[in-house]
Amino acid sequence: MRIIFEKRQSISRRAMVLVPVVSFLVSLLLGAILLLISGANPFETYAAMARGTFGSTYNFSETLVKAIPLMLTGLGVSIAFRMRFWNIGAEGQLTLGGVAAAWVALYWAGRVPAFLLLPLAILAGMVAGALWAGVPAFLKAYLGVDETLTTLMLNYVAILFAAHLYYGPWRDPQGYGFPGTAQFDPSVWLPRLVGTRAHLGLIFAIVLALALWFVLNRTRWGFELKIIGENQVAARYLGIGIARNIVLALLLSGALSGLAGACEVTGISRRLQQGLSIGYGYTAIIVAWMAQLNPIAVLFVAILMGALLVGGDQVQMTMGLPASMGLVLQGMILFPMLAGSLFTEYRLRIVRPEKTDPLASETVEAAS
Amino acid sequence: MSESELLPSGRRRIDLLELKGIVKRFPGVLANDHIDFEVCSGEVHALLGENGAGKSTLMKILYGLYSPDEGEIWLNGKRVEIHNPTDAINLGIGMIHQHFMLVETLTVAENVALGLPSSRGPLTDLERVSKRILELADIYGLDVDPEAYIWQLAVGQRQRVEIIKALYRGAALLILDEPTAVLTPQEVDEFFVTIRQMVEDGHSVIFISHKLHEVLAISQRVTVLRDGRRIDSCPTAGCTKASLARMMVGREVIMKHDKPPVDRGEPRLVVQNLHAMSDRGTPALQGVDLEVYSGEILGLAGVSGNGQRELAEVVTGLRPLTEGKVLLEGQDVAGNDPGTLTDRMLAYIPEERMKDGMVQEFSVAENTILRDHHKQPFSRSGLLMLRTIAGYADDLIRKFQVKTPSRETPAKSLSGGNIQKVVLAREISRGPRVLIAAQPTRGLDIGAMEYVHARLLEQREQGTAILLISEDLDEILGLADRIAVIYEGKIMGVVDADDATPEYLGLLMAGVEAETELLAQNTC
Repeated sequence: MRIIFEKRQSISRRAMVLVPVVSFLVSLLLGAILLLISGANPFETYAAMARGTFGSTYNFSETLVKAIPLMLTGLGVSIAFRMRFWNIGAEGQLTLGGVAAAWVALYWAGRVPAFLLLPLAILAGMVAGALWAGVPAFLKAYLGVDETLTTLMLNYVAILFAAHLYYGPWRDPQGYGFPGTAQFDPSVWLPRLVGTRAHLGLIFAIVLALALWFVLNRTRWGFELKIIGENQVAARYLGIGIARNIVLALLLSGALSGLAGACEVTGISRRLQQGLSIGYGYTAIIVAWMAQLNPIAVLFVAILMGALLVGGDQVQMTMGLPASMGLVLQGMILFPMLAGSLFTEYRLRIVRPEKTDPLASETVEAAS
Repeated sequence: MSESELLPSGRRRIDLLELKGIVKRFPGVLANDHIDFEVCSGEVHALLGENGAGKSTLMKILYGLYSPDEGEIWLNGKRVEIHNPTDAINLGIGMIHQHFMLVETLTVAENVALGLPSSRGPLTDLERVSKRILELADIYGLDVDPEAYIWQLAVGQRQRVEIIKALYRGAALLILDEPTAVLTPQEVDEFFVTIRQMVEDGHSVIFISHKLHEVLAISQRVTVLRDGRRIDSCPTAGCTKASLARMMVGREVIMKHDKPPVDRGEPRLVVQNLHAMSDRGTPALQGVDLEVYSGEILGLAGVSGNGQRELAEVVTGLRPLTEGKVLLEGQDVAGNDPGTLTDRMLAYIPEERMKDGMVQEFSVAENTILRDHHKQPFSRSGLLMLRTIAGYADDLIRKFQVKTPSRETPAKSLSGGNIQKVVLAREISRGPRVLIAAQPTRGLDIGAMEYVHARLLEQREQGTAILLISEDLDEILGLADRIAVIYEGKIMGVVDADDATPEYLGLLMAGVEAETELLAQNTC
């Protein structure tokens, strides 16, 4: 008897649902082994994680707090990846979006009508993120500069620039030396869901995901973007402006990450400070791939990843496990999920030796 | 073991290999339905069939890439199990794939050594490998330099490397999967000399093809497959092109087309003194002059790599020209981008249809509107009109008899012939003024080929100016009204199809220029 891999003729809907569920169960099992080795009760640990992430409205809202920037950056990254543009600079685009929003919030207050301040801050964040992605996009599209390097390196520039600002010229004089700006005027606070920290960014993310899906599947521009992503030769032959469209798509990609940053500073910290991003821009890459670049799926994957972040913290706090355990568990959960995606396109088939074959049965007997 | 049982490579020969009752099912398809096949030492056994007849599946089973659902493999009278290519190689079976499995950035010796244990443990033993390669090259008369990098080699040379690779691994039986698909006629001739030599030395060869004349030229026996079943096995000596074609297709095949006379109209595509560079920066076109008239098919014959691809690309706006003019219905369009030319009703069936002609991940429906997706009725104010597109796609699928489960099926899962039908449907349905068809039937089976030919002739009757670029002389002789021959980026001559003979065209293709008129008289 042998087990063989076989490509599925069509991707079945059942597999698309079943595979992630089974992968998730497998990852829980693997995590349990690890927990047992380190002397923790897996059931209690998982229960604590589940309670901490989905157990109450507040806990769930905390999951959403982490999920919102992942949704927005995840959408941004998936747009870029559709074009085969490896934008790993979402972290920097997010940071610069936060910086620009903070600039408006801190220095435009009083100069423009108060009700305009928040929309302007958010817009500034998006523009900054767009430009930060636009630079490598331009370099790639017109000069062929490798985008993985430029986007990655611009992350450091953005992150250190932000640090320079909140450690230096923008530091709150009354902040007792704490690295951060003064708190923004309440008119620039992004509205939150009552009693929680989950903010309006959630609505932005949902609306934008739907809009992106529509653009990709229903509009001429989306069609052309997909052609460029799938087959540049065909795109060229159809007379589609490849360079121009890559730059446009990347401006959009950066704007989404910039929006994430603007939402973080106006919705969560309400100031520009250290720890603006906890690696959202990098996790966004995982989110985009796990969602297979589908904007709607990005929303759900982002919630799962948000839950892993919050759940990891919970394990540290309630179970007294080492801080690294939370991260290890996150990894444990991701691996089977990513590996499992193979089964949506392939299936296992068990091949039994033919019974009518005397020679084959002989060999089986000889073996046993 | 007597001397005579050994091959020149020192390997024992395979006197008889038998496949018995092989069955292979894929989801929804019975690819092999109880197929029997055998090949003896010193014989070329051709496996003939249309695309999708089950040839490749059968050979992949023999090479251990697929496992059969039923059936047995016997080698020299003993039953064997082949679970993977390593098993096959150990039994002396070598396979040369249609697309070469060579790493271009490595040398010949490195490619041969890849995947094999080294005699020096963790260190490479390339000198030994090189020595053995030269030995084999000497024995089999294969001219190969072990130190050369693959990227430096021409296609025919690469194929020799593949053969050496198989021999190095001790192949007594060679499976050749459509080995001539990428070769020029000259390279095919050289290749056949090698094959004949190997067979004389006691090797066995399975030759997979759908080219009838090659099967007739090289094989001693031929087995025809159709729809996964074996239709017949017979000595090649008693077969003709027509009889083989009948077995392959299951009906009589018209080899010659009825071409109704069409009054040719005004010149629609005029190319004057065209110069252009190849990808490598060498001159590819050196002053090409051509005129294609409304209602005619101008065939462009030539050995592959003499500027045909560059000419098609310059005319369609994909490649810049360095000198000369391209007139589309009287207007100079040199330097226009492909999109503009498309809007001027220039249609193009590219040589690499899978790569250039379509988006493989897209559905059939999306592929049918690639050209006009930005125009009404397919999009309005930036939105795609999905219902219109669906209706249009269904219409084309029906009219062009595209075999596809649905219009939403990804194009990549269609067969080669059906993919070409989609491209053809898209280009022709636009009502083009000028059509450039580059190798439109390469790799297609006879049924699909006939279909493409019929559609091209239909376009001709409708007054389209057609430039047919083909390396298949039969195709050009069968379809074209006039024939131009290209050699090293220059047009050697243009003749009326009625006056052309394969011999005469062959001379032009080989670059023989001077006394053309004299030669023409001699051959006619």
